[in-house]
Amino acid sequence: MSLDLFWAPFVEFAFMRRALAGAIILAISAGPVGVFLMFRRMSLAGDAMSHAILPGAAAGFLVSGLAILPMTIGGFVAGLVVALLAGVVSRVTAQREDSSLAAFYLISLALGVLLVSLKGSNVDLMHVLFGTVLALNDDALILIGGVASVSLVGLALIWRPLFAECLDPTFLRSVSKAGQPVHLIFLALVVLNLVGGFQALGTLLAVGLMMLPAAAARFWVRSIEAVAGVAVLFGIAAAYLGLLGSYYLGAASGPAIILVAGAIYLVSLVFGRRGVVFSRVAPARHRIA
Amino acid sequence: MKSCLVVATLALMATPVAAAPLRAVASFSILGDMVKSVGGDRVEVTTIVGPNADTHVYEPKPSDAAAVAKAQIFFVNGLGFEGWMDRFVQSTGYTGPLIVASDGVKSHDFVDDGKTVTDPHAWQSLANGLLYVENIAKGLCGVDADGCATYEANAKAYALQISALDASVKADIAAVPEARRKVITTHDAFLYFGGEYGVTFLAPVGISTDAEPSAMGVAKLIRQIRSEGVSALFIENMSDGRLIQQIANETGVKMGGELYADALAEPEQGAATYLDMFKHNIALLVPAMQGK
Repeated sequence: MSLDLFWAPFVEFAFMRRALAGAIILAISAGPVGVFLMFRRMSLAGDAMSHAILPGAAAGFLVSGLAILPMTIGGFVAGLVVALLAGVVSRVTAQREDSSLAAFYLISLALGVLLVSLKGSNVDLMHVLFGTVLALNDDALILIGGVASVSLVGLALIWRPLFAECLDPTFLRSVSKAGQPVHLIFLALVVLNLVGGFQALGTLLAVGLMMLPAAAARFWVRSIEAVAGVAVLFGIAAAYLGLLGSYYLGAASGPAIILVAGAIYLVSLVFGRRGVVFSRVAPARHRIA
Repeated sequence: MKSCLVVATLALMATPVAAAPLRAVASFSILGDMVKSVGGDRVEVTTIVGPNADTHVYEPKPSDAAAVAKAQIFFVNGLGFEGWMDRFVQSTGYTGPLIVASDGVKSHDFVDDGKTVTDPHAWQSLANGLLYVENIAKGLCGVDADGCATYEANAKAYALQISALDASVKADIAAVPEARRKVITTHDAFLYFGGEYGVTFLAPVGISTDAEPSAMGVAKLIRQIRSEGVSALFIENMSDGRLIQQIANETGVKMGGELYADALAEPEQGAATYLDMFKHNIALLVPAMQGK
């Protein structure tokens, strides 16, 4: 056993370096978005949105086969439509956003399955849904890099009003008209991250690296900036350790990364500063995050 | 005037033969093509397992049984290729001659999961193809003595084509340096080809199913390609084409395309006959091994 074991696979194999780079970029990009989703009590929205992008991706697939760009654009458009409709419905009617999002994503998912079944088999559908982190080509890396750049810049621009709306939407509405557009821009960033992640890395990895590090970080620090920073670190750690596990233990790489993130979450839940063991606040508070 | 009469007489002579061709059934597409080449117009060939279908796991349909029941001669490959065949033939009540085309082939064995298995893909050597043709002609003569001369003439012409292709295949492969004649393929179907033409076919290590691959599996395959000096990859049934592309990029090995092992393809895929199939495989293998 030597320290060499920790980087030898990445020195020897280009596919390992690419996998690590792709997963780290995704962790940096999706982690903060996941934190805001969590603070807005929309933790399950990421999962719902990953289904909602299917009809767009399927339409792109029908038009041009398994090509990364048309499927990505199609998926982005479909996800955006679902997110906007859900957001608008929750704002103009009494229905809450989780209900309208559930309704629209189910409609979208059914439409997607229908489209895929028009041409090709379910095997093709699996190809659409599960990209693998081990097969990142140049196109996929550029795509994830572009998504991360747009996402980080976008999030920085709307950070303050978004944060204000998380804490007190009525206050923000009373002093500014920014609430609605900010919320919609944020939803667009969520979709962008998911679409970038799903084609290159698979839906499990895209949603997993978005939500699990955010949920784990909440047990350690309090301010939203700190939670976002810790979430990114956790995401990077999960990507690195998961790939090592996949290399040495022969586990499938996507699930390995997410299981490491899950382990980080469980350890944080028990031993975190705000976790089960060390927390001095009332136990009921824990269930919020 | 005289020639007209000759044509008319010939037409009259030909009519009864054309009206009732010999009904032959072949178990799979490659054998069916060979029987057609030897039988010519005198034989009507029905093939049970068609192009692009897997004979190993085929499930016979009622129409297949009907074709066999009415057949006058039935051709199979043998060597355990058609595992379902014995029971199927019994169930159809067919009692005519059963011709084993691979009769007389020197069989190759390989070890799979600790068991010794005979490789049935004997036609992947053109020398064996000649034996097949001989067996087919002999079989047809046995049920149709009148046509025997035709069958033997057809077989002779066909054998010449096969021999000519065999010579050109050997010349093509001789142009590849011996050290570069190593390819990876997922098919266990090229033992005869490898033995006859001096090409080593290796099975991929690490990646076997179309489940999601692990980093360890991919790393093992890359190491195998590097350490054994493999020149080309022929892997088709993997979940993600991008992954194979990635492995090819990383190792500098060429992606080979699809080799046809145990079924012919549709005509537009360029491998609709036994000889075309062989040419297709050679056209993929040789440049890939040369690293072009």
